[in-house]
Formats: sequence, C-alpha cells, structure tokens
Amino acid sequence: MNATLDAPTPTTPPASYRKTHSARRMTDLGDRLFKGVTLIFALSILVIAAAIAWQLFTNSHLSRHAFGWGFLTEKTWDPVAENFGALPFIFGTLVSSLIALVLSVPLGVGVAIFLAELAPRRLSDVCSFLIELLAAIPSVVYGLIGIFVLVPFMRVHLQPWLIKAFGWSPLFKGPAYGVGMLTAGLVLAIMIVPFIATISREVLLSVPLALKESAMALGATHWEVVVTAVLPYARSGIIGSVFLALGRALGETMAVTMVIGNVPHIAASLLAPGYTMAAVLANEFTEATSDLYVHTLIEIGLVLFVITILVNGIARWILTRMTISAGARP
Amino acid sequence: MKKVLVAILSLGMLSAAPAAWAESLLINGAGATFPYPIYSKWFDEYHKVKPDIQFNYQSIGSGGGIRQISAKTVDFGASDGPMSDTQLDAAPGYLMHFPTVIGGVVAIYNVDGVAGSLNLTQKAMAGIFLGSITLWNDPEIQQANPDAKLPGSAIIVVHRSDGSGTSYCWTDYLSKISGEWARRVGKGTSVNWPVGLGGKGNEGVAGLVKQTPGSIGYVELIYAMQNKMTYGKLQNKSGKFVDCTLDSVTAAAASVKMPHDFRVSITNAPGETVYPASTFTWLLIYQHPPDKRKGQALIEFLNWMLIDGEKFTQDLGYAPLPAPVVEMEKAAISKIKI
Repeated sequence: MNATLDAPTPTTPPASYRKTHSARRMTDLGDRLFKGVTLIFALSILVIAAAIAWQLFTNSHLSRHAFGWGFLTEKTWDPVAENFGALPFIFGTLVSSLIALVLSVPLGVGVAIFLAELAPRRLSDVCSFLIELLAAIPSVVYGLIGIFVLVPFMRVHLQPWLIKAFGWSPLFKGPAYGVGMLTAGLVLAIMIVPFIATISREVLLSVPLALKESAMALGATHWEVVVTAVLPYARSGIIGSVFLALGRALGETMAVTMVIGNVPHIAASLLAPGYTMAAVLANEFTEATSDLYVHTLIEIGLVLFVITILVNGIARWILTRMTISAGARP
Repeated sequence: MKKVLVAILSLGMLSAAPAAWAESLLINGAGATFPYPIYSKWFDEYHKVKPDIQFNYQSIGSGGGIRQISAKTVDFGASDGPMSDTQLDAAPGYLMHFPTVIGGVVAIYNVDGVAGSLNLTQKAMAGIFLGSITLWNDPEIQQANPDAKLPGSAIIVVHRSDGSGTSYCWTDYLSKISGEWARRVGKGTSVNWPVGLGGKGNEGVAGLVKQTPGSIGYVELIYAMQNKMTYGKLQNKSGKFVDCTLDSVTAAAASVKMPHDFRVSITNAPGETVYPASTFTWLLIYQHPPDKRKGQALIEFLNWMLIDGEKFTQDLGYAPLPAPVVEMEKAAISKIKI
C-alpha cells in the first residue's frame, strides 16, 4: 500500500529544495506523529480483542479440561450434576440469527431501494431518520414489546395458523407457546432491519449518477436500472451491512432471552422454545457458585467469540471473492 | 478574573466534600437480590441512627455474593441459599451465616374457569414439574379440589430462566417431597428442568403465566402480594393445605431445629400450620473480620437489625425471625472476634 502511494514522489528531491524548505520537515514530523498516533489507536483494537480472547481462554481452563471438544457436541445442560454441553445454545444462536436474516434482508434492502431510488427526497430523509431512531431503542424495550404484544399475537394468531397450514412439515410442529425460536427471530429481525436499511441506503445513494443515466439512456425501466446498474455496484456495501446486522443478532441478549423460552433443547420445530449463548450467560452468570460452573459459562463466551470471528471471517472472504469477480468483469 | 477565582474556589470546595465523606465508614456488601428491598431499607434507616456509617450493597445475586466475600473484595456477603461445605472450605477464613428474614415461594397459575386458590398436593406438584402430570383435570389435582371445574387442557410449566434463590427454594422443596425429583433433577439456583418454559425474573415468570392459558409457575411471595395474584395452597408435611402468609412462613422457621451455624433448609418443615416452600436468607461475615473498624460496625449493625430492624420487615412483605432464632443469633454475634 505504502509503496504505491510513495511511488509518484521523486526519490531524490533537489538539495536546494530540502534546504530552503525547512517548514516541509515540520510537516513531515507532523505526518509521522499523525501516523504513529493513529497506528496506536488501530493497534489498541487488536490489543483489546486479544486481551478478551486471552481472558476467556485462561478463565475457562477447568471446563476445557473437564469436557474437551465434546463440550461443543454435548446436549445436556445440568448445573446440579455439573454436566455441561454447549450444543443447544450454539444451535439456538445460529438458528435465531438465521431466521432474523431471512426475514430482515429482503425487508431492509427493499426499504433501502425505495428510499434511495424511488421515494421523493424529503420523504426519504424523514423515513431514514425514523429508521435510525429504531436502531437507538434499547433492546430491553424490544423484549418488552415482544412479551406483551408479539408473544400473545404469535400464540393466538400466527402460530395456530402456521400449524394448520404447514403442520405437515417438522418446522412448524408442536403446541403454540407464543414464545420460541420463531418469535425470537422475529424480534431480532425488527432490531436489525435499521442496520441493513440505513447502511444500504447510503451505499445506494453513492452509486454514480452517470451509471444510472447510462442505463436509462439505453432504455432501461426503473426496475432494470436498479437490477442491472445499481444493485451490482452497491452489492459489497449491502452485504457488508448484512453482516454487521448478523453480528448484532448473534450477540443480542436481553430481547432474545425475554421471548425465546429459555429451554436448552434442540428441536426441529421453529415454534419450540430454545436458548442462545448470550442469553444463558446473562441468565446464569450471577448465580453460578462453583468454579467449574463459572468456567463453563466463560467457555460459552469463548465459543460465542470464536463463532462471531468465524462468521465475520467468512463474510469477509465472500465479500472479497465477490468484489474480485465483479471487478474482473469487463 | 474574579469569575475564574470563584470558579476555582467552588471547584475546590466540591472536591473537598468527598474527602469529608471518606471519614465516615463505608461498608461494602454484595449478594442476594431477594432481600434487596429490606436491606436497602435497613441500611437507610441505620444511616439515620448512625450517620458516620454508610452501607453500599450491590444486589448482584447470591453466587456473586459468595464469590466476592470469598475473595474478600467486600466486607459482607449475602445469599439466599446456605454455602456448601466445599465453598466454606475454599474461603480464606471462617464465614459465619446470619439469617436476616424469611421468604416464601408460591405457585401461581392461569387455568380457565378457576379463579380461587387451588389445593395442590405434594404428588401433584412433583408430577406437574416432572412432567408426569400433564392435564389440569388429572385425578391427583381434581380430588383435592372437588368443587373446582378443572379443564382438560395441557399444563404448561413456567420456571425461572435466570439463576435465583427463588429457584433454589422451589427445587429444594420439590427435592424434599419427591424422591424422583431429588434423583433426577436435584436442587440449585439453576437446574436441568424436565419440562416447561423459562421466564427471566419474577416478572418474566408472572408475565408468561398471565398470558398463557393452562400455565403454572412459581414466584416470591412478596412479588405475588404486591401484584395481587392468586396462588395455590401447598400441602405440607402434615398433609394440610396451607396458604402462604407471613405467619405460616415464620412457623416454618420456628419448627426446625436450628444448627449452631444457621445453615438450615426450612422447606417441607414439620408442623400443621407450616408453609412448605419457605427459606431463610443470610448475611455472610468473617468470624475474624479483616478490617477491625468495619467488623465492629457490622456487629453493631447486626444487633440493631435483630432488635430495631425487625419492625420494618412486615411492611415490605418479609416474615420476621422467630424469637428463639433471634436469641441464638445474638449469641453468635458475640463470637465475632475483633
């Protein structure tokens, strides 16, 4: 990166230039300072992440030694007998986040396209302001809305209908509790839509006008302009917003624990109650008394940390692959 | 210039204020959430009596309280369940238990057509929470409530999802009335529940029960009283169905033989008027307090609590300690070595 930036500057400036312009050396010093300070800032992020990983790792040694890799595949969670397994929580975290993504990506991207491409500017600005407001609502408020509004609605209307219509598939079996995996996914979806919508809107607005105008000049309809010119250009930005939202969904605690049912079982049905890693940490950490119990909960934190890194890593990888292939196209 | 001087002077005065504060004694404690309302009332009232003593109590949960007092990061701990022998051995000094108040845990339910208080037998409670009794019109429930029109709907169990002293008391009670529960599940602040949904906190359980027809759950007596909820009468060891009241809870505390270290479970205690799902809550203090001044202050506070503090308990929905326990505790306080 540096090499390409430095390349255009002359390698040996004339001696007179250097002597007479001592002020330039001052700016050089300023640049170096600036570079050093921002480098320290950037490194601090690395240090913090490494410190968190190290703390999680060392403070979970009892549990890592007791359960080994089997911790990731064990299904029992019995604090009394101190027999712990993380699988139901990993499953719950991934499934609830996946439901949230499936519901929120079309909605969020749709909102962004409308606001960036179709809506009058003033309406677009008012709507984006309101969407950003949604992102600022504390998650406990979403949880309360979930308990008092969404859960009764799910139990009385949506879930019985799903069971009636799709009860033949294992995904929609079982009694309508109101709480459960699907409800948690719904609440999460509402929570992460603002992230997808606002970031995607900014990305879409940054699409060069010339690109759209050329498409229009070729006789493309509004729909064709969006699909052929705008979306491909904004694709990496939109995917970035989706993964930011996914990160948020994976770690969400309060709103999820209030509506998911908190039962560490693995069930095929989306209507069945489940549990997530963040939720079990919040629920059980304060009352965990034995050392092994505490270490096990910290190991859950470690697993969540690793899964988040993996998900983000895969996202990055997909993103670079797509940018390369998009750039390679003539 | 004058303005600046005034500003600097007032800043100086502001920073001097905490220094004057520091001279009064600050005693830190952490632990149980269940007795938090009465503790904060006590610490507040005690500060009025002794203005130079300030208590700072963090209700972070019994587990956290035990961990912090064991690490000596606080001056006293508080717990809803007694410490186990291994926990006591792991602590760097001898930790004494001091019971402060008594609480009860009640069964709340939402059954169509049932408005009043149901009689709940031991077999019914164990069966419902184990998942072997699944319908409301099960003979075990119907026979104890001949007048109630129980529906044939499914029973949905609601339990606490967060670790809590309430769950400890409830599972301790279930362990005493059912051998199968003791074997399969056991007692603890969190357990591997055979059936049911988890709600976060008393409000989470109450919210789920209120909304879900056919559900049954458990909450603290105080919470049920404050929210004017109906709750069931539990069958006690003598076979009587007893309503949970401050009197029936205190009766449970009076009926057990108190060991010298006060670590005793009062669930399913003997006696006709005893409510079976009751529990003490304790303060944890080192017999040899690391800080002598704070140790002396804690002794004085404990003595005040047993005599003057008890009058605040009933207003807040806690049952006071029975007189013999108070006498025993006074003797125990004198064993704290400064």
